[in-house]
Amino acid sequence: MATLLAKRLVQSCLILLGVAAITFVLLYALPADPARMLAGRSATAQTVENIRRELGLDQPLLSQFLHYLGNLVQGDLGRSYAQKTEVATLIAARLPATLTLMAAGIFVEVLLGLTFGIVAALNRGGAIDRIVMASAFVGVSAPQFVVALLLLYVFAATLGWFPMSGYGTVAHVVLPAMTLGILGAGWYARMARSAMIDVLNQDFVRTARAKGLSGRRVVLRHALPNAILPIVAMIGIDIGQFMGGVVVVEAVYGWPGIGQLAWQAIQQVDIPIIMGVTLTSAFAIIVGNLVADLIAPMIDPRIRSH
Amino acid sequence: MFNRWILTTTTAAVLAFSPLLAHAETPAQGGEIVVTYKDDITTLDPHIGYDWVNWSMIKSLFSRLMDYEPGTANLVPSLAESFEVAPDGLTYTFKLRKGVKFTNGREIVAGDVKYSIERAVNPKTQGPGAGFFGAIKGFDDLTGGKSELLSGIETPDDQTVVFHLSRPDATFLHVMAINFASVVPKEAVEAAAGDFGKKPVGSGSLILKDWTIGQKLVFERNPDYFVKDVPHVDKVTVEVGQEPLVALLRLQKGEVDIAGDGIPPAKFLEIKNSPEGAAMIVDGEQLHTGYITLNTKVKPFDDVKVRRAVNMAINKERITRILNGRATAANQILPPLMPGYDKAFTGYAYDVEKAKALLAEAGHPDGFETVLYSTNTDPQPRIAQAIQQDLAAIGIKAEVRALAQGNVIAAGGTEGEAPMIWSGGMGWIADFPDPSNFYGPILGCSGAVSGGWNWPWYCNEAIDKRAGEADAMSDPAKAAERQAAWGKIFTDVMADAPWVPVINERRVVAKSLRMGGPDNIYIDPTRVINYDAIFVKP
Repeated sequence: MATLLAKRLVQSCLILLGVAAITFVLLYALPADPARMLAGRSATAQTVENIRRELGLDQPLLSQFLHYLGNLVQGDLGRSYAQKTEVATLIAARLPATLTLMAAGIFVEVLLGLTFGIVAALNRGGAIDRIVMASAFVGVSAPQFVVALLLLYVFAATLGWFPMSGYGTVAHVVLPAMTLGILGAGWYARMARSAMIDVLNQDFVRTARAKGLSGRRVVLRHALPNAILPIVAMIGIDIGQFMGGVVVVEAVYGWPGIGQLAWQAIQQVDIPIIMGVTLTSAFAIIVGNLVADLIAPMIDPRIRSH
Repeated sequence: MFNRWILTTTTAAVLAFSPLLAHAETPAQGGEIVVTYKDDITTLDPHIGYDWVNWSMIKSLFSRLMDYEPGTANLVPSLAESFEVAPDGLTYTFKLRKGVKFTNGREIVAGDVKYSIERAVNPKTQGPGAGFFGAIKGFDDLTGGKSELLSGIETPDDQTVVFHLSRPDATFLHVMAINFASVVPKEAVEAAAGDFGKKPVGSGSLILKDWTIGQKLVFERNPDYFVKDVPHVDKVTVEVGQEPLVALLRLQKGEVDIAGDGIPPAKFLEIKNSPEGAAMIVDGEQLHTGYITLNTKVKPFDDVKVRRAVNMAINKERITRILNGRATAANQILPPLMPGYDKAFTGYAYDVEKAKALLAEAGHPDGFETVLYSTNTDPQPRIAQAIQQDLAAIGIKAEVRALAQGNVIAAGGTEGEAPMIWSGGMGWIADFPDPSNFYGPILGCSGAVSGGWNWPWYCNEAIDKRAGEADAMSDPAKAAERQAAWGKIFTDVMADAPWVPVINERRVVAKSLRMGGPDNIYIDPTRVINYDAIFVKP
């Protein structure tokens, strides 16, 4: 267990380094010049040149990257080009909002996905199964921007059950979490259904039924723990998927997370923020996968021996 | 002769009795309002902030030597009580208003003005506005790193600031009114340790009380502001991260007072035609021209006949329809509100047959292939496609390249790269209401350099010389003569046709029914939203 963890940590650091290097090169290979974006239209060539020098953009790419890494190791993500504020401060101010949204989104998708997946599996081939799977298909296919506006229009603007935008209370998180969760719930429902069907056909389930256990007990105590493993693994991977959806959902609901921050930074070619958010997201994905790896043996003893 | 302008009335009186407000309702005091924007506020540092959202907030957080009457382009002294201009136009002497305090309680002295302008110019500030102060003596030493000070600013006593210029600059009083000339307290800048943009301290009508990053900014009325009864509102809460469509729904529900991003194009007609809609829409002219640049260094646009032919080929009325009528067709470089605009000038009328004939005369009877750059956010690609169709009608096959703004700007500033650029989303909006601001960087020889903003790479030395002469006419008595000279410069540039002036776009702001005051304080030509002047109806 300890060796696995150590191995994974080393791997994680290498991945982060790789992400940093690739993002850095891509951003600086763009034809857009941050110094010119910052200087605006009325600036003289000298002003642009001065800004470029002050930002260190006149240095060779490699030395810029090494400088960045040197600061990164000390936990310094640099200062935003446009805002001049420390990137770490900006991300720290917005990270709780994104994490809350992600946690709520994952909760919604797992709850809906598992429920519908199990219901469909138990009614395999029946009308309920078909309806659930068709809805799952719609959920997976619907663009999040459209779902977001639809939920907003119906439940906030028309019915007034939830606030239209903002942050701070449980009521605020419901619609954004639903928007994020509906997409994932579709996937989870399909996965839970097929995993469940597999398990239900296995000998130990038949044995459990044969010894006279109730249907509910068979499903919840015997079949579910076996079917849940691929789903746990997926949650870890899902964090990466979520990062994409978060940008859209945060934009529509005015959710003050890092997705909004990244979106605005891209418009402004604010490279330190883009780097910071990318590294934070990569870190979150790595941690997600790591946690999934660590939880899996607890749920399924078979993995421990490997 | 020595020009001496002394303000006999106080600025307060000017503000209160300005002709534009006189016929409108009397502003009521008090009230708290909510303003929304999609983008977060980047910075409130007056020497760095340079976008149309933070521009209005910085205006009201800080004071400058000069300012404008609300809703107009008329310059008036502000932090200065009076000023004098030497006859040669090389020396400006400002007397400061007595007893004005920063919101940290310290009284403003002449040294603060000197420090602030030096900070705006100092390369370490990384501010975009340094170039505006290029006429002040010692400018090159400071930007070149040879000095930390501007030798051209003297403070003989605490109430007097003297500027020595190295060349006459007729726009100097405007420069003293732009945000980059805002006066800041040195101790607060230093205490903020590089983050003054989040912890601003000024002497304007509003004070920043609280800033929750990514969520909201709370401004409160400065009770000690030196203009009596300004501002009218007690509190302005700016909520950021608000999608324009959501902001509009909230506005209709009464949760929001000003939707700063206006009305999404798809909703515009619906709102406009609704019973209460008309009173919610503020649709104002701004100092903006949208244009197509024709690169004079790229074949076949090096031929003036080709450039003129393209000028005749564009159906500008159709483009105004794409914008739901939120623009008017332009025939010249200056927008109608700008001094120097020539009402009699007709430019190149839309005439496909004449354009074809001219193209044939230039040796392209079958047209040619070229590339049109545009930014990639709606509605700009749609406008670029309309232009593409207009060009096809005279035989020019243009490939549209819709890219992110930064990439279009980079292509424009690279010699020989972009034959045509549609300026939508990047069009020139004046920094201050003076015609010279529409020339230097975008049409003058000095802008036709790598990384510059003169995208047609146009350089007519005879006109450049006339522009220099017009800008040297800094004697206020010659203002009319100077304005006429500038007007002629811009119509003469059109003979060379480096641009196709296409539209003058209006800005749209949506406000709730309880907000009072004329439209031109919601779309103020020098401020956008004028937080000093807006008020809540009693």
